[in-house]
Amino acid sequence: MTQTIAEIKNPALSIRDLSIAYDKNYAVKNVTVDIKKNTVTAIMGPSGCGKSTLLRALNRMHELYENITTEGKVLLHEENIYDMSTIKLRRQMGMVFQRPNPFPTMSIFDNVIAGYKLNGNSLKKKEKDEIVERSLRDVALWDEVKDSLHKKGTFLSGGQQQRLCIARALAFGPEIILMDEPTSALDPIATSKVEDLLVKLKEHYTIILVTHNMSQAARISDYSLFMYLGELVEYGKTKNMFTNPKDPRTEQYLTGKFG
Amino acid sequence: MNALQATTYQDKSSGRIWKDKFIQGLVIFLSVVTISPIALIIYKLFVEGYKQISLGFIIENTPDTFAAMTAVANDERIPGGIANGLVGTLLMIVLASAIAIPVGVLTGIYLYENQGKMMANLIRNISDILQGVPSIVLGLISYLWIVKHVTMGFSALAGSVSLAIMMLPMIVRSTEETLKMIPITLKEAALALGAPYYKVILKVLIPTGYSGLLTGILLGISRILGETAPLMLTALGSSTINLDVTKPTSAVPLLIWEFYNDPNMIGLIWSSSLLLMAFVLTLNIVSKQFAAKRR
Ligand SMILES: Nc1ncnc2c1ncn2[C@@H]1O[C@H](COP(=O)(O)OP(=O)(O)OP(=O)(O)O)[C@@H](O)[C@H]1O
Ligand SMILES: [Mg+2]
Repeated sequence: MTQTIAEIKNPALSIRDLSIAYDKNYAVKNVTVDIKKNTVTAIMGPSGCGKSTLLRALNRMHELYENITTEGKVLLHEENIYDMSTIKLRRQMGMVFQRPNPFPTMSIFDNVIAGYKLNGNSLKKKEKDEIVERSLRDVALWDEVKDSLHKKGTFLSGGQQQRLCIARALAFGPEIILMDEPTSALDPIATSKVEDLLVKLKEHYTIILVTHNMSQAARISDYSLFMYLGELVEYGKTKNMFTNPKDPRTEQYLTGKFG
Repeated sequence: MNALQATTYQDKSSGRIWKDKFIQGLVIFLSVVTISPIALIIYKLFVEGYKQISLGFIIENTPDTFAAMTAVANDERIPGGIANGLVGTLLMIVLASAIAIPVGVLTGIYLYENQGKMMANLIRNISDILQGVPSIVLGLISYLWIVKHVTMGFSALAGSVSLAIMMLPMIVRSTEETLKMIPITLKEAALALGAPYYKVILKVLIPTGYSGLLTGILLGISRILGETAPLMLTALGSSTINLDVTKPTSAVPLLIWEFYNDPNMIGLIWSSSLLLMAFVLTLNIVSKQFAAKRR
């Protein structure tokens, strides 16, 4: 591995020697990296290199499946996330999935505050209204849905649904938002809306974005992380990596030799 | 040349057309054979039964033999009704559901969460076997458990327990199958919001699979609605409305059996069966509707 691990002061997240295996087959190997606050950090690499696996380790999604083992540490405010309660961790770590997945039985309104409802936090009507409006404004969906808040979230278009899911992740006030190819199921217009949104959101949040799409990474990410066969090959400012990749494998990937 | 080809084609296919026609005829014939019993049953029930159906039939208790005999002798409508049976059936279905639904849904969730594990496979197999156990045997079991040790006598509770055991496998299966159809990302999305597991089940999985669960429950109810044998060993019957679950209780199918054994009350068999059949058909249609809505 090349020595590209930027030791960032006061990072949003420090990943240390993280390895993840499916039934003893390592899909992520010894990844160590610091994620900078209030940036969009893209995770890139060819299909199957372990991007999703790495991302899903960060909110401990792997614990749902018994065949997955995780080694190493991830520090959030100097605390190892594997020693925290998942509830506390996931409150600080929102996740947006590849396909929009609003809860089909809930209205748009209820989808946004689903995080509160599902945790049994009862809010006053006024608080709910505020959170819903703020979150939907954050994702630029408010004007489109403000008159149909009580319709089912699944009636929206794919792009709107995805923004709703982002709003759902934001409503809880996380620090970090994990996104796994959030635009791969969307058309170009919906994609550019979500991209604009991410650039805006980094003011308040740290975004870790898995993407297949190199031009997307180039457009919106500040830092990039290139993975290959489960290893972290290169990490640095996106601009530098795209103009002057240090590792031959990164260069090959960026010039379309594989992936 | 083209014309020639066309004729050869036709020659070959005329045999095929004949075969098609034959198969088609056979299919229609067999379909008629299949549906004719049910059509005949409904027709017979209706023709023989509708005369007895009136408000009184639904709100009055079963008549005594003597009253029925007098009515039959004078060629009048047999007085009384099956209110005691209807109330008993309702009582036992509610009680059986109250037992079988929570147990069945929880078991279904357990099976869904433990796919491929030995314990889950074992439970799934036992549940499948239970589905094949003759209902009279379930009646016997409930007799041994409840009649002899809990209510110290025939009771609605004993009847409900035997019916609940009958419903259980259907609810377990439909719960598991329904949950399996829900996209896993919904569950992940809920957990990613920090929701505790039981909330995910209660607020996301069950509401999402609601129509599937309901279909299973309704089919389970329609299955037990007409059960007679286990009730003979457990609920026994009663000539008046009974709401005490520890006491013997009537049910519509039990009444049909009693009417059959009393030459004066033969006339009531048809109307009671008509009513029972109508309930079962309605439940089946409603549950199919739910199943269709899901798709
Ligand atoms: N549930 C699983 N069980 C077993 N192996 C898995 C599982 N999920 C992923 N893998 C393996 O782990 C490796 C990394 O998969 P991962 O999904 O993280 O790749 P990815 O970089 O996200 O790929 P893509 O760009 O196609 O989404 C792959 O070799 C894959 O075969
Ligand atoms: Mg992936």
